[in-house]
Amino acid sequence: MGFLKKLFGGLAAVQQLPVGTITVDRNARIIASTVSSGYPRNLLQIIARDILELLHEARVAQMPLAEISLHFGSLLITARELRGGAIIFLLPQTALLPTPNTSRP
Amino acid sequence: MDKRNKILILDDDTDWLALCRDLLGTLASRPEIFTANNARRALALIETEKIRLLICDLKMPRIDGLQMLAIVRRRFPELRTVVLSGLEDEEFRSRAYALGVDLFWLKTEMQRSSKLFNECLESLLGQADRDLDSGFRGIQSKSLMDIIQMECLSRSSTVLRISRGPLVAKLWLLDGELVDAEAEGARGEVAFQRLLAWKSGTFENLPAEPKHERTIQKSVNALLLESAQSIDENANPAGPDSVESASHRKMIWKLSQLTREGADFILATPPEGQGEPEAIGTQSVASIAHWSRRADEIAHRLGDKLEAGPLAHISGQNLERRVLLLSRGDKAFLVGWPTDATGNLPEKSRKLVASWDS
Repeated sequence: MGFLKKLFGGLAAVQQLPVGTITVDRNARIIASTVSSGYPRNLLQIIARDILELLHEARVAQMPLAEISLHFGSLLITARELRGGAIIFLLPQTALLPTPNTSRP
Repeated sequence: MDKRNKILILDDDTDWLALCRDLLGTLASRPEIFTANNARRALALIETEKIRLLICDLKMPRIDGLQMLAIVRRRFPELRTVVLSGLEDEEFRSRAYALGVDLFWLKTEMQRSSKLFNECLESLLGQADRDLDSGFRGIQSKSLMDIIQMECLSRSSTVLRISRGPLVAKLWLLDGELVDAEAEGARGEVAFQRLLAWKSGTFENLPAEPKHERTIQKSVNALLLESAQSIDENANPAGPDSVESASHRKMIWKLSQLTREGADFILATPPEGQGEPEAIGTQSVASIAHWSRRADEIAHRLGDKLEAGPLAHISGQNLERRVLLLSRGDKAFLVGWPTDATGNLPEKSRKLVASWDS
């Protein structure tokens, strides 16, 4: 038994999607996180940095945004600005999870 | 009676306002200094205090400096305007001058050479005294159609007096709606159509006449569309005018789509170096187009790294509006919506973008 593992164990698996919330300061340092510790920290760092850059660029464009959402096919990233930092919600869009309603009343 | 000139400083930074107040207090003519930290208060002061000179910042929340300058240039053509900004981008300088400002000065320069700055202000105030009773100044590089649209979008109440040589026409606007028109001996819709055929001229804003008789019932957008069609039909199909009116018609059609859906603005941004961004409903085209490109690029890069699937769209919001960024072909489209917009905005934005792109 276990021969499948022997055959395919060395191949890269599909990367998991992050679930949870991270809070970052203005320097994109992660202050708090509820994302599984198994999820690569460097990817969370990239998310934090990119989100802060988006918010910063919006301010530079004189269109400051209090909230921003990135709607990917299988992941929804929503971020709210917090005094230069941000709280970032990561929610995979799978068939098993209810899809959040993007339209507001 | 106090005959001193009145200067208004508009800046969202209250510390900066205090600093400017102190600096301008040293002017030899001893002007009366007013300050405002938002455009609404500034407009109220200009209306009530007979301000002679406005010193305005560019980067401000809600109504930015360029919007403010466009408004005062229309409503108060005799007002002298100075831009005092921290933005060193040459584009802002040229856009400010295109709006007819008298002086563009960097905040850092002002601190370094305050004496020279004060001399410039004294000179402007002197000119303002001389020019007070002669002539009108207006917006540069704006067509009549642009001016009418701007007045309607800002829900102005005014009388636009347009002259072209010996010809004089008037448009009565009330809360952004066209109430009446008078041109070439005609009134109402006919006058409006004749007026739109004018290719050049000058205009000025006169005080609103709220009790003026209403002769026009149709919306401005509908009238603009009809007028463009009429101009098109009358024009020589092979002449250059037909190209101009066709582009006008296209623009009006896009505007009517925008207002029908209830969106604030739409901006189409091609890839870098492949043409200029196109927009309706916003004046901050370059800066927002830059953000659109960057946001699109950052989101795609992030999606690839996370293996999160294709990017459907990016949405954002602040207290004033909601924005939705989506791609179609190689262009990025940013659609602005009021915060109280209802319905499925991604879907509505997609429809708008599809109709724009077609």
